[in-house]
Amino acid sequence: MTDQTSLQYTAEHEWVLVEGDTATVGITAYAADKLGDVVFVELPKAGSVVAGGSVVGEIESTKSVGELFAPVDGTIVESNAAVDADPSLVNSDPFGEGWLIKVTYTALPTLLSFDEYSALIAE
Amino acid sequence: MTDPEPRYSPLNQIHVDGGASFTDFAGWQMPVSYGSDLAEHHAVRTTAGIFDISHMAEILVDGPGAGAFLDYALAGKLSAISIAQAKYSLLLNPEGGIIDDLVVYRLTDDTFFVVANAGNRYAAAEALTQRADGFDVRVSDLSDSYSLIAVQGPNSREIAKATAGITDVTVSLDDLKYYWSTDAVFDDKPLLIGRTGYTGEDGFEFYIQTDAAASLWAALTAAGEAYGLVPAGLASRDTLRLEAGMPLYGHELGIDSFPVQAGLGRVVSLKKEGDFVGRSAVEAGPPHGSHVLVGLTTEGKRAGRAGYSVVTDDGNRVGTVTSGALSPTLGYPVAMAYVDPFVLENGTPIFIDVRGNRIAASVVDLPFYKRDKK
Repeated sequence: MTDQTSLQYTAEHEWVLVEGDTATVGITAYAADKLGDVVFVELPKAGSVVAGGSVVGEIESTKSVGELFAPVDGTIVESNAAVDADPSLVNSDPFGEGWLIKVTYTALPTLLSFDEYSALIAE
Repeated sequence: MTDPEPRYSPLNQIHVDGGASFTDFAGWQMPVSYGSDLAEHHAVRTTAGIFDISHMAEILVDGPGAGAFLDYALAGKLSAISIAQAKYSLLLNPEGGIIDDLVVYRLTDDTFFVVANAGNRYAAAEALTQRADGFDVRVSDLSDSYSLIAVQGPNSREIAKATAGITDVTVSLDDLKYYWSTDAVFDDKPLLIGRTGYTGEDGFEFYIQTDAAASLWAALTAAGEAYGLVPAGLASRDTLRLEAGMPLYGHELGIDSFPVQAGLGRVVSLKKEGDFVGRSAVEAGPPHGSHVLVGLTTEGKRAGRAGYSVVTDDGNRVGTVTSGALSPTLGYPVAMAYVDPFVLENGTPIFIDVRGNRIAASVVDLPFYKRDKK
């Protein structure tokens, strides 16, 4: 179980785990709940160069579609094949097994802290 | 017109306690799911689900002129249905557009119970009231005093029969036919049970006074425990009705669509004597080339969704998706869409534009899903 207080967040309801020069990215439990049961994800291929803030994938539930934004400029090193095979991991373990992409980056933008994100979704 | 303040079901506290997430539906805060809309969907197809649809509107029409009045006010011949029978009908405007789609129950010779969509409550009540002029009939909007609970799925009959407190059932639920109703009593309060629903499964709808709704929900839920009954929200209700090819007002039906375009020509009784509102417009028909509602299926997992364009190979827009989802039961995407009839006649290949990707679509007969009838 990932410690949610140690993660950083975006206003697009993604979480970012920073380890060295790699950021692991997923969507928050709040976002997963809002989407409903996820039935399909489209994730970028390893090696793709992505720009921070751009749409790099899609998370589709029975009732709607969410976009996956790259939180940083960088290069995709891995997409979660387990989620591709079983998209329900996004609902069952959004902060753990339901991670979506790993990105190597050179500069990290300012992200939201756990407290800031908690305040955002409490609004 | 919708109420500016959000409205809450009389069962709201039960849903909160049950961990529901909520969505606004026609001004009401209603459960969208209790955790997993997919699990709720599958439960309705395999065991049973219980839905709070108390936001639906109930309008009572009574008086010696009730049958004749409804024949004039609605598109169907309601005077021809028997006591305890139900009928799906349409409320048209003089231009042939659809104000609402409704289910009408005949309670007595002179009493009909009209069930309208929550979002069309005021429009329906107002149209009916205006049209009542000159008929010996009274139109009463009882929406605030009635709640509606639906139990749907193959186990729904056993659950209804096992529910404590439901007594004096006039017609045994084993014998009750689809689109018929029976009187009953629950906790000394009158209960109307219809064998009706909006999921494509066998099921029952329970009309009860609002003050008894919470205890009825509890009794149904308790009886359902042994039969795999789960609470189900509006998200699964939408995918269930979509698979069953049932139209949803605001998506497949609207004030600008003629019944025939939506495949509902059979609901309009042109054979009935006398005038009814919308008759001349329906007889004249929609303009030549008006789009018609069809079922579409696509390969892969990415669903066409409401508002997406239907296009031909050369990119011409020839239609619009009104509802779509990855079908939980079938495993592939299904959609309903209004499409240019000439394109359909010619068998021109069509595609759904899914956020910039063109996905080949096959036109199929509705419904997408039909239950095995025993």
